[in-house]
Amino acid sequence: MARFKKKQGNSQPEISTASLPDIIFMLLFFFMVVTKLRDAEMKVRVVTPSATELTKLEQKSLVNHIYIGRPVEKYKKLYGTKPRIQLGDKFATVDDIPLFLENFRTKVPERQRKLITTSLKVDKDVTMGIVQDVKTELRKSAQLKINYSAKRRDEKW
Amino acid sequence: MPRVRTKDRLKNEINAGSMADIAFLLLIFFLVTTTIADDQGLLVKLPPWSNEPVEDVTLNQRNVFGVLVNAQNQLLVRKEPADVRDLRRRAIEFITNPNHREDLAVNPKKAVISLKNDRGTNYNTYLTVYNELLAAYNEIWNNEAMKRYGKPYQKLPAHLRKAIRKDYPMIISEAEPTEYGEEK
Repeated sequence: MARFKKKQGNSQPEISTASLPDIIFMLLFFFMVVTKLRDAEMKVRVVTPSATELTKLEQKSLVNHIYIGRPVEKYKKLYGTKPRIQLGDKFATVDDIPLFLENFRTKVPERQRKLITTSLKVDKDVTMGIVQDVKTELRKSAQLKINYSAKRRDEKW
Repeated sequence: MPRVRTKDRLKNEINAGSMADIAFLLLIFFLVTTTIADDQGLLVKLPPWSNEPVEDVTLNQRNVFGVLVNAQNQLLVRKEPADVRDLRRRAIEFITNPNHREDLAVNPKKAVISLKNDRGTNYNTYLTVYNELLAAYNEIWNNEAMKRYGKPYQKLPAHLRKAIRKDYPMIISEAEPTEYGEEK
């Protein structure tokens, strides 16, 4: 009868880990591309409403943000609870908007300036008054492409 | 002086074993700081600003679909209280006027949706209403695309989409809001 020969030494071949760095690098590059470093500390509380007819904003370099909401807990003492505008990482008023838009425009190549979109990130609990003031100011500054930031919701009511 | 032997010199490579660790470190950093693109919303084009007073244009009342949202977040559609849930259906009926009714738009090109709100209107309500109006147009465009080309609107090339939009132009006119309910 044939006898099974005992295998000698460690019989299990090891998985080569030589390609591990490559895999990790691939993941790394993926995250480096999709990442957007949080540039502004949120000083106002913004919970966007939800809607169904959404458009995705593709080119991030052509989007600027205007936040509108009530100040977060930390700033309530100083700024009260009335809705406020935040531009970049600072509290602002409607009068600061033209300069903010102009600053952004100078950073964008001239032929792309028409494509600049202003994303209005507005808290769902504020009233239209302040939003209207911002809209009027945007129209005066000829920034007409705007986007009401919203979350996706299903069709059902 | 000890001579370096050829064999030793050949082994002077950088150890790449820690490469994975470095990559991991970077990977974890980006994983933590990342916020994946979720910027989406309702894309709207505002009318240009002009300093001259706006001329009053009187339109045939049957071509105007007046939507009013007041400071109590109640909805008035064509001077009657209405529910947001019916808004989309009613807007579509108004624009396309399938039964050629006397009180709805003469044709889709003439249909104007007039939206008005108070300064005290809640933003959430306003956006819901706006969303319904956009949805009405999107649905009309989509139906038309299916009828004409057998493809959903979003899948059509730009010039065909433009052709549809020309026949069903989206005219949403927003009036200056009234002062009611302004937050003090």
